[in-house]
Amino acid sequence: MGTLSNQVVIQKLTARFADKISVPTEPFGLLTLETNTETIAEVLRFLKEDKELQFNYLTDITGIHYPEQELAIGVIYHLHSLTHNVRIRIKVFLSAANPSIPTATTLWQGANWMERETFDFYGVQFEGHPDLRRILNVDDMTVFPMRKEYPLEDPNRVDKKDLFFGR
Amino acid sequence: MSELTIVEAPPGIEGSGFFATSLDKVVGLARSHSLWPLPFATSCCGIEFMATMGSHYDFARFGSERPSFSPRQADLLMVMGTIAKKMGPVLQQVYTQMAEPRWVIAVGACASSGGIFDTYSVLQGIDEIIPVDVYVPGCPPRPEAIIDGFNKIQELVKNESLRRRESPEYQALLAKYGIQ
Repeated sequence: MGTLSNQVVIQKLTARFADKISVPTEPFGLLTLETNTETIAEVLRFLKEDKELQFNYLTDITGIHYPEQELAIGVIYHLHSLTHNVRIRIKVFLSAANPSIPTATTLWQGANWMERETFDFYGVQFEGHPDLRRILNVDDMTVFPMRKEYPLEDPNRVDKKDLFFGR
Repeated sequence: MSELTIVEAPPGIEGSGFFATSLDKVVGLARSHSLWPLPFATSCCGIEFMATMGSHYDFARFGSERPSFSPRQADLLMVMGTIAKKMGPVLQQVYTQMAEPRWVIAVGACASSGGIFDTYSVLQGIDEIIPVDVYVPGCPPRPEAIIDGFNKIQELVKNESLRRRESPEYQALLAKYGIQ
């Protein structure tokens, strides 16, 4: 248990951002909230630079795809206050047609590869990223493989064809 | 002292003071008992190969005393483990760097067919990028299976014609993979 309670974090965030952020929830004790592309850079900067909160460590940036949602592509930030040992999770949802969000590399250098990975798998454009190109997949890949519209299986696989199973 | 066994001479004509056979058979015999393998081990099949190389299974008794970690001096490429698509060009380059004659053995389900990794990032069998001589099934195969696969390679080497590598069929096979 950290020295900073979630309630303090919630109070400071709502005082600063009011209706620009969603009502924070605490699933499994992990403080979680949602915001939008206009506010995310400001939220991250506030959390990092506020003297009391000091969320100075960016644990991870990941993506998610919910094809049934209007804003289908999600970007999720996990921050950790090493001073207080408190964590927070921030979600931003973007339209699948043009998923674009400001970069976090201006705050944390470590965001560089995390954003490249999220771009690699979900096609999220991080505006202001110094070198946004694929990091894990082969360079000539044309799709964003973690999006649901692309099949997981390799199309070259021949031994799983129906005719081998009498179908 | 244990009883020593040596390989039998190839069929030929024998008389007092001479033995005649074809050069193909002599070269094949020599090659098949001094194959230098290049272990290209990327995952768990590689661990099985380490057991195969160790003193208990003693891979060296088949003449592959020296695992060659340079492709230039290797005769046999042993691919053991999952080959991701990003590793594909590396594997093909290693194969291209080997001098003729060269053989390839795909050890395990992943190297042979992609195995359980039926996914966008994994090569569905190394025969998509290089020609393969022997496939060893198993996930992972036991050292006995790897040795059996190696013995099958030895049979191929023993019976291969000296001119096979110059044949148009072989050149066509390499051309199919875009090699040379």
